[in-house]
Amino acid sequence: MASRRTIPFDYPASGAIAAALPGAGLPWLDALRAEGRRLSADGLPSTRLEAWKYTSLAPLAALEFAAPAADSVAEADLGPDAFDAVDGPSLVFVNGRLSASHSRFDALPQGLRIVALAEGLADDPAQVEALVGGTAPLNGDPMAAFNAAFAADGCIVETEPGAEVQEPVRLRFVAAPGGEPLAYHPRVIVRAGAGSRLALVECHEGPGGAPSWSNPLVDVRVGEGAVLSHVKLQIEGEGAYHTALTKAALAGGAHYESHLLALGAGLARHEIHVRFDGEDADCQLRGGYMARGSQHVDNTTVIDHAVPHCESREVYKGVLDDTARGVFQGRIVVRKDAQKTDGHQLNRTLLLSPKAEIDTKPELEIYADDVKCSHGATAGEPEADQLFYLRSRGLDHRTALALIVEGFMGELLGEIGHEPVRAALAVRVADWIGDAV
Amino acid sequence: MSAQQEAAQAVESYAGERYKYGFVTDVEADSAPPGLDQDTIRFISAKKGEPEWLLAWRLKAFERWLQMEDEEPTWAKLHYPPIDYQGACYYSAPKSDADRPKSLDEVDPELLKTYEKLGIPLQEQEMLAGVAVDAVFDSVSVATTFKDKLAELGIIFCSISEAVKEHPELVQRYLGSVVPYSDNFFATLNSAVFTDGSFVYVPKGVRCPMELSTYFRINAANTGQFERTLVIADEGSYVSYLEGCTAPMRDENQLHAAVVELIALDDAEIKYSTVQNWYPGDAEGRGGIYNFVTKRGACRGANAKISWTQVETGSAITWKYPSCILQGDNSVGEFYSIAITNNRQQADTGTKMIHMGRNTKSRIVSKGIAAGRSDSTYRGLVRIQPRAEGARNHTQCDSLLIGATCGAHTVPYIESRNPTARVEHEATTSKISEDQLFYCRQRGIDEEDAVALIVNGFCREVLQELPMEFAVEAQKLVAISLEGSVG
Repeated sequence: MASRRTIPFDYPASGAIAAALPGAGLPWLDALRAEGRRLSADGLPSTRLEAWKYTSLAPLAALEFAAPAADSVAEADLGPDAFDAVDGPSLVFVNGRLSASHSRFDALPQGLRIVALAEGLADDPAQVEALVGGTAPLNGDPMAAFNAAFAADGCIVETEPGAEVQEPVRLRFVAAPGGEPLAYHPRVIVRAGAGSRLALVECHEGPGGAPSWSNPLVDVRVGEGAVLSHVKLQIEGEGAYHTALTKAALAGGAHYESHLLALGAGLARHEIHVRFDGEDADCQLRGGYMARGSQHVDNTTVIDHAVPHCESREVYKGVLDDTARGVFQGRIVVRKDAQKTDGHQLNRTLLLSPKAEIDTKPELEIYADDVKCSHGATAGEPEADQLFYLRSRGLDHRTALALIVEGFMGELLGEIGHEPVRAALAVRVADWIGDAV
Repeated sequence: MSAQQEAAQAVESYAGERYKYGFVTDVEADSAPPGLDQDTIRFISAKKGEPEWLLAWRLKAFERWLQMEDEEPTWAKLHYPPIDYQGACYYSAPKSDADRPKSLDEVDPELLKTYEKLGIPLQEQEMLAGVAVDAVFDSVSVATTFKDKLAELGIIFCSISEAVKEHPELVQRYLGSVVPYSDNFFATLNSAVFTDGSFVYVPKGVRCPMELSTYFRINAANTGQFERTLVIADEGSYVSYLEGCTAPMRDENQLHAAVVELIALDDAEIKYSTVQNWYPGDAEGRGGIYNFVTKRGACRGANAKISWTQVETGSAITWKYPSCILQGDNSVGEFYSIAITNNRQQADTGTKMIHMGRNTKSRIVSKGIAAGRSDSTYRGLVRIQPRAEGARNHTQCDSLLIGATCGAHTVPYIESRNPTARVEHEATTSKISEDQLFYCRQRGIDEEDAVALIVNGFCREVLQELPMEFAVEAQKLVAISLEGSVG
């Protein structure tokens, strides 16, 4: 059976790469990487695994990746920064490794600490161990196993209790593939101290059609009463594969909001796991996806109400054109005794082309009786009534359609509090619409 | 004491209650030895005097089943120990098989007594209810009524073994055409070893004047029941088919893997209703029926309609997804379901609506009620194929939880490949609110009646889809299934 659940994948594995990774020789890190290698040795998850039913990684498995050279960071022209109007510290990773010349994260505001992972492992491995060593058990998350085995760089973002950080911390991941397919596995660790406020802006980008694979793992913990706003823009080129896993654990009274805009890569999967560890916490997951050509975009979320009195709100909306395929798998689990849980989930998709496809699987798994849970899903083309209304006021078909799509997606962006960040995402949505209709 | 505490206590008290229909009839069975190999299949086939083509089909299915060792479905939210397929008995017929009764007078009096205990006096039912009954006791049909009246209209309603003999051309043409022998683990097993079941053919333009009904009984210990039902509605015809069942109390788990195939041609309509009340096992989950059923209907022609209605209250484990393949343009599929689980019961049930033709419509209404320590899962698929212009689906799944130790789950799959299609899905999960209970109680309705009232209201949309004969029974069943489980 095991063989059917995985696709054999000849990733330039094991010894050679492991020895070249930063921090090699640290016993705890070697052990973690060995465990990751063991769990990823069987290959990539196949569509026989329920969680991967609609997303086939077979084309990724067919690529032959070169082992990344230790100093592959090119001082390349990175192209325009999507968030250049946003102030605050920024870390730029090229091909998965920190580019010191593009990054600015000295002179940080009080209460904020940022450590680049490779640097940290060289300077002060003990403090990295404290955060990385104990993270995320790997079983059941095949992509996390790859990340654990092969992560070469990344960062730790930490706020002290009560710290209020005004400007967002920006993490920019740029693919600059050369001739050969290239893969990287960034590891990001976010720790928001009790009562602190922090905003994080992730951006994943890369040029054109050269094949690359980005497999980030973002490990988030939101402390008691802390507020974390997490924005992610994903705009890699059509040759890219993006398989991201974000794991968030929320302490009592914490507030976590995730805003995702997925526009890029030939195949992208955004998996978000949220777990409530303390009562009275709440989380909001908002995701937008727009795909065209033969793009495949997969949003998979799991919200685990492990304790009572928590609230979750989830809205995912997407627009699919040409032969693009969208996948939404949203699972809400309410554990035994997690009474007074309040969970709502909505997925809506607009199909603009006769060949586009959406596969939706909203799932409720409920073991407590005193709960309010609901989900809804719709899919279809833009309402004829809406189009008619606009056209009867003199707009041509194209303009009317653009207006409808803009309104449809605009609802999501309106929830982002930081104005320059919101504006930067709005520009991307407008550009997409301009090209599509 | 709060209503909740009382409810919890009541659940415990109910756990001690016995299955109302639990009794075993002692009829000497003519069984095949336990185990499954080619010889078992030849034995079944020979016993039934089947033609060569059917034996070949069975053996082909068996061959396939052997290769499916790894394919026993594990994706459902169901937990049960591995089934020993070699330990089960695959054929059991009442002894009187050799000399089949022509009328009720000739039926084994033991059987008639059984029916009486169940409250289905055949003779009265014939006259009063106007229902033709093809009663299945274990695996062989023992009494068929109203056949002559149906025959006048050209309607064929008989056991499938009889149909194989009398109407081989129809059986050969349609058997396995909706659920192929290689379809899934349980359906393939059924194709190899099915013993009996019902066959219905309604000719062109005929509206069947009465509800056709089969009562299933599982009896002889250690016997799997493998029913095969085939219903064909020819162009412009209409038929309503009822299926209901109860089973005697026993200790060992019994495997039931039935297959039902429906075929509706142009403008035809089939309404298929089920009330399932098999033995659910005792309060600790010992015993009880394993109900692994493949039910599928094909709307082959334009404007055809297939409607499934089910009230599932029994069985230890239910694995059942009555489906519609909407091939013809403008064809319609419906699925109305109530699934009630109590004690340790587990149900994973739902439907599949495959939209292939233009302007096809489907509607899904599912009501799941979980009490005790049971788990109830709705699992459904709505697939819109690229050619299904203007297809419509609306799905509504509501779950009601009674007590803090049960689980209710919703797993809908929606796959849309046509932009003109409109697919909508809604699901909610909740418990009976204290407000609703209070409102009823302050008007003098005791708590148990209040809960029955609220639950019946919750199920109303589905109950009213049932034919009248069943609606009354089902409404009682809903109340009985939850008897004592709520405050």
